[in-house]
Amino acid sequence: MSLRNYFHSIEPHFEKGGKYEKYYPIFEMVETIFFTSNTVTKVAPHARSFVDMKRVMTYVVISTIPCVLWALYNTGLQTNSALATLGVEAQSGWRISLLQFIGLGISPESLVSNIFHGLLYFLPIYLTTLIAGGICEVTFATIRGHEVNEGFLVSSMLFALTLPASTPLWQVALGISFGVVVGKEVFGGTGKNFLNPALTGRAFLYFAYPAYMSGDSIWTPVDGYSGATSLGIAAAEGYESLSNYGITWADAFLGTIQGSLGETSTLACAIGLVFLLLTKIANYRMVVGCLLGMIIFSTFLNWVGSDTNPMFSMPWYWHLVIGSYAFGLVFMVTEPVSGSHTNLGRYIYGALIGFMVVMIRVLNPAFPEGMMLAILFGNIFAPLIDHFVVMANIKRRTKFNVQTQ
Amino acid sequence: MSQTRKQLLTDPLVDNNPITLQVLGICSALAVTSSLNVAFVMSLAVIAVCGFSSLFISFLRHYIPNSIRIIVQMVIIASLVILVDQIIKAYAYEISKTLSVFVGLIITNCIVMGRAEAFAMKNKPFESFVDGVGNGLGYSLLLMSVGVIRELFGAGSLFGIMIFEPVSNGGWYVPNGLLLLPPSAFFIIGFIIWGVRTWKKSQVEAREYKIQTLEEH
Repeated sequence: MSLRNYFHSIEPHFEKGGKYEKYYPIFEMVETIFFTSNTVTKVAPHARSFVDMKRVMTYVVISTIPCVLWALYNTGLQTNSALATLGVEAQSGWRISLLQFIGLGISPESLVSNIFHGLLYFLPIYLTTLIAGGICEVTFATIRGHEVNEGFLVSSMLFALTLPASTPLWQVALGISFGVVVGKEVFGGTGKNFLNPALTGRAFLYFAYPAYMSGDSIWTPVDGYSGATSLGIAAAEGYESLSNYGITWADAFLGTIQGSLGETSTLACAIGLVFLLLTKIANYRMVVGCLLGMIIFSTFLNWVGSDTNPMFSMPWYWHLVIGSYAFGLVFMVTEPVSGSHTNLGRYIYGALIGFMVVMIRVLNPAFPEGMMLAILFGNIFAPLIDHFVVMANIKRRTKFNVQTQ
Repeated sequence: MSQTRKQLLTDPLVDNNPITLQVLGICSALAVTSSLNVAFVMSLAVIAVCGFSSLFISFLRHYIPNSIRIIVQMVIIASLVILVDQIIKAYAYEISKTLSVFVGLIITNCIVMGRAEAFAMKNKPFESFVDGVGNGLGYSLLLMSVGVIRELFGAGSLFGIMIFEPVSNGGWYVPNGLLLLPPSAFFIIGFIIWGVRTWKKSQVEAREYKIQTLEEH
């Protein structure tokens, strides 16, 4: 029996009045993985487009591939290098035993060893995200009778990429559950979330378990190894001293620095951005707004200057490459649901985020990184921005009408 | 009297809870629930103020001129709050420091004012007193529930007694720092309201609007 026929044969059980009526969303979810949806719009107006939700979400997942690959390589690289520095006594744990067992070793020079070691960190986190978040998502879909959609695949991928490699798995599960439930489902599911679900979960972990989400010892998952992130160094000693730690601008751009799994490489994010812009999933206005906001405000702060705060002098091209600015810009700012929906509003929304990032990074002593908080802040303001843009438009049009009558 | 005295006392606990149904008195619920000791003292204070203010306002209800009734109610409530504040300072000084302005802010607690306006002005003293205490208890019930969640998962203890040994003391429990921050009470109250309304369907409010689907168009 072919798969198509199999689905047809079991479908009646899941339809209204069937045995498993309650579980229709799960059936629908599995069926639409293999076949296109049967649901078609029967009444006007018709908007014909092959870009449905599934395609949008799939494109976003595809665009994260460079970041994922880099996350694997760089996590392995950082871990292997740290192990090499610390020497033999630090080398224990199941990942290292497994690597030794299959003969890959833990040399930072070996590409395969790096990628494989990174995979052993990324995969458990990602699988936990999928399982824990998936359970929440499917539970809600079943009770509420809406379909399980691919938005969750995006949220789970982005969430996993924003975490440090050393995050305990139970925290991963807690974070994504919070993100899915509070960030999305309580407001009605995908398309109705006013906050980015992945970032909501990440922010929850950040405030709930600050010791695991910030500081110097968590970025490389090796016990006893401590190293500040580039932003941490820049905040403490100024960006010029990054070179003392062997970090050049090119390193930061390429991403061979410490940080959360997917955020380190600006290059990988940029490749994702090009893909998203070409497929028109991401709106370029938000990107332009966010870049301009960041560049203008950081240049302004360069000009103002400060004797006590070294972050004032950090130029915009450094802001761009260190921390999670690039990752947030590409995958979070451009998220269509939680951002502004008017074209002018998108510029303002982007600029607000760009401005807030620099504001938090430079002027707020409590948080070294500001991208997550800036985007959540922008999300909250997006509807207000839209409101004012629409109102201004109405006002302008009314004026125009009066003149012509 | 449509309600018996027993109903007056028990109704505000769940069916007509001032926080979960009427969503009043949220501010203090955010501020004082990070530890149970503090939440407990605050609960007692609100029960006392709410009960006695209703009692006294009900005594005076025929003599209070309608046009200045809010001011008169305020004077009575404020005097009681000052009294309670002094008692707490005398007998529980440490807790009074943690509670700081929030005891004083009972004056502005919507629950106390609400009961005075909605009930005590129209009913006999004893019923008013029971109603005030009942609403104070409803407030306390929620305050304590939020307090249990916040202190147990935020610090691993209840009433300051260790239940989950935190990692910093060599135990296994990693305290959830978010729960010690006031915003977490928003989430918890939200979840509790969600739970109560799932349990008691009659508390669900009518939708203000409905999203139209294409098929119904």
